[in-house]
Order: sequence, then structure tokens, then C-alpha cells
Amino acid sequence: MSDLVLLLVTGLGLGALYFIAASGLSLIYGLMGVLNFAHGVFMTAGAYAAWLTMGALPAAWPVAVRLGVGVVAAIALGAVVGLVVEVVLIRPLYRHHIQQVLVTVGLSLAGVAAAQGIWGADPRPVDKPVWMSGTTEVLGARLPNDRFVYLLVALALFGGLLALLHLTRLGLVIRAGVENRTMVEALGINVHRTFTIVFALGGAAAGLAGVLYSQYAGAVSPAQGGSLLIFAFIVVVIGGMGSLTGTAVAAVVVGLVQQLANYYAASGVGDLSVVLLLALVLLLRPTSLKGATA
Amino acid sequence: MSDQNPSVGGDGAVLPVLSLDDVHVRYGGSHILQGVSFDVPATGVTALLGRNGVGKTTTLRSIIGLAPRTGRILLQGREIQGLTTARIVRGGIGYVPEDREVFGGLTVDENLRLVDPVRGVDADVVARLFPDLVPRRAQRAGTLSGGQQQMVALARVLLRENALLLVDEPTKGLAPKLVTEVADVLAEVARTTPVLLVEQNLPLVRRIADRVVVLDAGTVVHRGAAADLVADADLTRELLGVSMRREGAA
Repeated sequence: MSDLVLLLVTGLGLGALYFIAASGLSLIYGLMGVLNFAHGVFMTAGAYAAWLTMGALPAAWPVAVRLGVGVVAAIALGAVVGLVVEVVLIRPLYRHHIQQVLVTVGLSLAGVAAAQGIWGADPRPVDKPVWMSGTTEVLGARLPNDRFVYLLVALALFGGLLALLHLTRLGLVIRAGVENRTMVEALGINVHRTFTIVFALGGAAAGLAGVLYSQYAGAVSPAQGGSLLIFAFIVVVIGGMGSLTGTAVAAVVVGLVQQLANYYAASGVGDLSVVLLLALVLLLRPTSLKGATA
Repeated sequence: MSDQNPSVGGDGAVLPVLSLDDVHVRYGGSHILQGVSFDVPATGVTALLGRNGVGKTTTLRSIIGLAPRTGRILLQGREIQGLTTARIVRGGIGYVPEDREVFGGLTVDENLRLVDPVRGVDADVVARLFPDLVPRRAQRAGTLSGGQQQMVALARVLLRENALLLVDEPTKGLAPKLVTEVADVLAEVARTTPVLLVEQNLPLVRRIADRVVVLDAGTVVHRGAAADLVADADLTRELLGVSMRREGAA
């Protein structure tokens, strides 16, 4: 029983990380039709921004405070990077999907190479608040505290994005744009400004995902964003491109399947099982879990 | 702000609200519009007619920048061909597309609040022209009937003050009763706002249009009074391939 509780909570925590990483990706594709392969670089940038910020702050400060400031720095840098990439690289290539893919893939490769050049290829350990390194006993299982943090952050992000989409004018324009962006423009709405804001939002969410994933892994490394991006893409495809709720459901399913398979089959089978799950969903339900085109 | 009427020229003559001069549209290897030129007067309904595939919808889309075009397009005397679609629309053109293109996942009110964030379905024009939409404010537009969706599409553009309305086949696929309702709305709207109407329903054209422009193979082949065209069965058959006797009532 305690094993199952542990697996479920750690699986949910992993799913929470996947949702934070995939939410921006899903919004960007849903509204703009851009497959942003540079999203992993946004995550890496966030992770390094937090690591550098935490290192620059006085060591006497509590780690939790330094991490909090680092998270703010990661979100801010992610938003700025997203905004600049949209304005400089993506905007001139709207309706040129192949070129967009090439540019974002190129950016992801260049970003990893730049990080390796500056900080080296080896993982750099990050400080972790004491409480997040500890465990809490629930139903006989000793649950890692950091998973609760990931879950809370993911829930807050999900609620915040839902509120943005359903309670604000920007959200109304985004939802309309996901359905038919040409018609949004034909109603006199500057959809390109909305694109920029959504890209910046996606970058901010990626920055947040990057710093939390570095806490999960205990280190930052140049390739970290890329490995998280693979699972983020799987989540977005299973959940339905552009569907936030579908993305949340898929993230939970992927996190749980991965964790359970790793435990009950063999270590490493989790990644394979996630890919099999993706293939299964595409074969049996090509419109994805949420009904949007996968 | 100038108090000069943009529809009146320096010599006092009434200017057209819209002028197309040698407009071309090419998609890939196809030359869809081949030098289309015509004016839309600042009053009444101008019907853009022609057989299927001659470029009527493309003409409307080229006006608001949804089709890549060359040539000159003037709205109230000002060139608009270099502007984005959003700026052209905000500059005074309302566009009701073929097949309505309402946002099916949004409610009726949300569809309208995209244009009028403050009033939405509570705007006076909605209560006056589309009272059926008021009790359906919270209904998803995708679940409305075709006629109700057409009302949403029309209401959406009427929430903004327009110098010109472009309306593309508003009665397509509608039941006769709804065709009459749409015609009534367009006739009322045209009292205050000029309309460029693409329509296949000739009785409706006869009822509400003042002038016609007929396209064939991407060029203008006829201009004149709507009454003259629909009264001439031979000319109607020659230009449009139909006769009034075979058309249903508006």
C-alpha cells in the first residue's frame, strides 16, 4: 500500500513538472501553429538564470529565499527570451512552418552549445531548501516534499492560466485565435500582439519549468531542457495541441505511467512505456484525449 | 479632427466609399482576379454577382487583405492596400465571411465581446435587430442553428461603426424564412451603411440591391442597376447562367 502511495504521489509530481513544461508549448502551438523546438532552450535558460541568481545572492540568506528570487529571475528571463525569439525569429516566418521548425531546432542546438561553451557540459549542483529535500509520512509512505511543491505550483499555474483564458480579454482573444486566427484578425483585432504575449507567457512557464526541473534533478546542465522537452511534446500531442485541460490530463497520465512502469517492470521501462502510450493514443484516438487534432 | 465628410470630394461630388483599381490576385499558379476595377457608392447595397468560382469571395478577401493582391484599393479616398487586415477593419470595413465563421467554442456573448468588450450581447443593436440572440447569450455559438450563427456573424460586425460592410453569401444554406429575416436585416442596415454583398439568390438581390457588379473569369463584365439586370432574362442568363423564373423567393 505504501509503495503504491509513494508511486502515485511521485508520479503526480513528475506529471506536474511535465504540465508546467508543456503548458506554454501547448498555448503557443494552439494559437500560432508554431512547433517551438526552442522551448527546451527557454527551460535551460530559466534553470541557469535561477542557479546564477542563487549563487550571486548572499550565502547567509536561507536557500528557500534564494530559490524564490531565482524562480522570479527564471520566469523573467524566460519571458524576455520568448518575447525576443517571437519578434526576431518567428514573426518574419509566419505561415512558413518548415522554416519555423528549422529556426527553432537551430536555436535549440545553438542554445545548448552556448551553455556548454560558457558553463561546461557537466551538471552543476544546485542548492535545495532543507524542507524540499526531506520527506513527509502519509499512509505509511515517506513522500518527498519537493513533489508537493511541484504539484502546488502546477495547480496554481493551471488555475492561473484557466483564469487568464476565461476571465480576461486576452484569454478571450487567445481562445478565439486557437479556433480561427484569421477571423480574429478580420474582426479588427491585432492578433500579432497576442502572439507576442503568448510566446512571452510560454517562455515564462518554460523558465519556471526549467528551475523546478533543476531542483528535481539536483543540478543544472545544458541538455536538461532538451530531455524535458521530449516529454513535454509527448504530453502536448496526447492531450491535444492547444488544449490546456487536455495537456493537464495527459501530463498526469504520462507521469503516472512512467513512474509505475519504472517500478513494476524495470528501471528505464518508464520512458519506453510513455512512447508506447503515445503510439497507442495516436493509433486508437488520433484526435487525442481532448478531441483536438493530435 | 477634420469635420470634412470623407465621402464628399473637393468639388462637392459624392465619392465612392470604396474603389478597386486594377486589382489582381494570384494563388500559386492561378490568376484568380485579373484586373478587377469597380466603385462601391456610399449608399445602398451593391451586389457582386457571378457564377461559382469567378472570384467574388476572393474580391472581398482581397479588399480586407486576406488574399495577396496587387493594385489599388481606396476606402473613403484613402489607400488601404498596404495595411494589415486588422487595421483595414478598424479603419471602417466590417466583414461577414462566407459560412459565418463564428467561434463555435465561445458563447454568443463572447463572440460579440470580441468586438465590443463592454456591451457584447447587451448592445442596443443586438436587442433591436437580433432579439433571438439575447436569451442565448450563454449558449456556445457552435450549437446554434445556421440562421442563428448568421445572426451572430452579422451582429458581430454591426457592433462597430462601419464605413462599409462586406457580406459574403449570408443566405447560403438557410431556410426560406431565415432568408427573409436576413434580407430584412440587411435592408435595414443598408439605410445607414453601404453594403457590398456577394449573393447567389437573385430574388434577394432584386429586393435589396441597388446596383450590381458582375464578375466572370476574374474580371468585371457588367455594371449597372440591379433592377435592370434582373428584369432582363436574357442578360441574366448570359451573365449568370440562371433565370429569375427558376429562383426561389427571398
